[in-house]
Amino acid sequence: MVLKLDHIDKDYITPKLIVPVLHDVSLHVEEGEYVAIMGPSGSGKSTLMNIIGCLDRPTKGTYELNGENVLNKNDRDMASIRLNNLGFVFQNFQLLSRQSALDNVALPLVYAGVRKRERIRRAKAALTRVGLQDRMSFTPAQLSGGQKQRVAIARAMVNNPRLLLADEPTGALDSRSSKALMELFEELNNEGVTIVMITHAPEIASYAKRVCNIFDGVLTERTDSNRTRIEAAGGKGL
Amino acid sequence: MIENIRLAFQGIWSHKMRSFLTMLGIIIGIASIIAIVSTIQGTNNALRDQLVGSGNNTVNVNLSQGGESYQIYDSSSIPTGIPVISEETRQKILALENVEKVTSYTTRFVTDGVYYKDKSLSEFNIYGIDMDYFDTLSYSIRTGREFLQSDYDDFRRVIIVDQTASDNLFQGANPLGRTVEINSQPFTVVGVVYKTSTYEPNIKDLDDYYTNDDGSNGIFFMPKTTWPIVFQYDEPENVVVKATSTEEMTKAGQRTANILNDTITNKNSTITYSAEDLLGIVKKQQELANASNLQLIWIAGISLLVGGIGVMNIMLVSVTERTNEIGLKKAIGARKGAILWQFLTEAAVLTSLGGVLGVGAGIAMSQLIHRFTGILVGINWPAALIAVLFSMVIGIVFGLLPSVQASNLDPIEALRRE
Repeated sequence: MVLKLDHIDKDYITPKLIVPVLHDVSLHVEEGEYVAIMGPSGSGKSTLMNIIGCLDRPTKGTYELNGENVLNKNDRDMASIRLNNLGFVFQNFQLLSRQSALDNVALPLVYAGVRKRERIRRAKAALTRVGLQDRMSFTPAQLSGGQKQRVAIARAMVNNPRLLLADEPTGALDSRSSKALMELFEELNNEGVTIVMITHAPEIASYAKRVCNIFDGVLTERTDSNRTRIEAAGGKGL
Repeated sequence: MIENIRLAFQGIWSHKMRSFLTMLGIIIGIASIIAIVSTIQGTNNALRDQLVGSGNNTVNVNLSQGGESYQIYDSSSIPTGIPVISEETRQKILALENVEKVTSYTTRFVTDGVYYKDKSLSEFNIYGIDMDYFDTLSYSIRTGREFLQSDYDDFRRVIIVDQTASDNLFQGANPLGRTVEINSQPFTVVGVVYKTSTYEPNIKDLDDYYTNDDGSNGIFFMPKTTWPIVFQYDEPENVVVKATSTEEMTKAGQRTANILNDTITNKNSTITYSAEDLLGIVKKQQELANASNLQLIWIAGISLLVGGIGVMNIMLVSVTERTNEIGLKKAIGARKGAILWQFLTEAAVLTSLGGVLGVGAGIAMSQLIHRFTGILVGINWPAALIAVLFSMVIGIVFGLLPSVQASNLDPIEALRRE
């Protein structure tokens, strides 16, 4: 099992009050799964994403990644886990604007201590994989939104992570680019990449093989029956 | 690391104007320090060359009494207990590791006179010298010859004069072969000598003038074996040693004086040998000059401090601007240390570059000072290297706070900010 979250609570504690964000969230993801977590803004999905991404810690509950308890790790080990096991794709791409696509993709390998020649070889392979073999030396400003997100995906995949985490990956893209990106995700998933994607858009969520809903900090697995209900409500519009 | 340095240069280059203005404080500080150090170096070199170097590393070890050099005048009786320097003593001095050459001589300041036809000369120095004297003190023959072994063996009444004496006594006529009278004894002039390394004293005021003006109307040399015929037997001698290097001068002089003082049989003698310490005098003068210049360096140091604060300020701005980048890097697995190093390297590269530019500007500045004021300057490369290293340290010290701030950013917060 790649991901095993059990009974996760997350409260934001301020001096004046305690704000509960996640309540008793459990999520198990097997190798090769493609899971979408869908919810409106304020539902706690970003918080859940940060916990899965080892950027934040829950108030209560257990979290195992590849069978390893990650909650008792220190910050330094958490960074290593992010580096070696997780690939991040963000809504607004988060590319370094002054560096070429190739350098952006190679960045995680720098922190992994990979030698330069090998870094370039692997970054080139990753860019080729997402169809940008002829854009390697372009800077982000010279790329379209869809291309930028492909660079970000190449960067997320370059270290062969166990899990690809995508936070609103189509949030800044037009519908055509979104569709192309979702096709790329499907391809990657068909090749065996485990994906957890967060989105507020039902039509994007519907690309996933499994969809969870999150609302007011409570995660519910969507059964086929409520799936039909959501689709009937005009969910799948693409 | 190399990757960090490359990134740092990239960052500096992409904000050329800002980087330059940030470096300006460092550049000005380092440039002033280099200019000051260059003038110090120039002054020190000049002092050393004028006082020490021109003497070809020779040290006078003279008899002195109460801190004043001891002179035998016409009427003086010779002091007791100070033996003539023996060959054994001479060899002992020569065996010292920092002594290259040694010569001993008797001397008097003669007020009575030397006569040539109807001309007479008073107030001149006369020396009874050995065969090593001219060589050790860098005298060369202009006309005529040096003293020969036979001059010494046969106690010949021969004399060699310097140009001043020749001019004063013979009024431009060829002095060779002329007979002069010293202390009622006839002497034949066999040569005229001149000093090959000219000693040009650094005269800045009247005190310097009196110090350097010996009031002599010329110098006369005779073989030391002939000396007792005119003056007295067993007159105490002075010694000149040539040190192996300028640095060894003080030691060579002191050790020679010690050897000579051991030979003095009258243990109560107030007259003893002491080595003049030109190097020590120069060092004292240099220290005096340095002390006032060091204060200037402190003032220049303040501008470095201001420059450092400027660097810290701009690095803090840079961290704020690049919050997103830092957040992303941390999210994809960069450790705290990696971020810390990235920003520290950037600060260090920025200030080191400022240091290098500052050294260049400082050298240019000192050349300008030299051109317009004539003050001698010398480039002190170790100081230049220290200046660059020091500016690197400034970058690390003042870059520390911004770098720590960057490395402590929470990636979630950092990524959320636009």
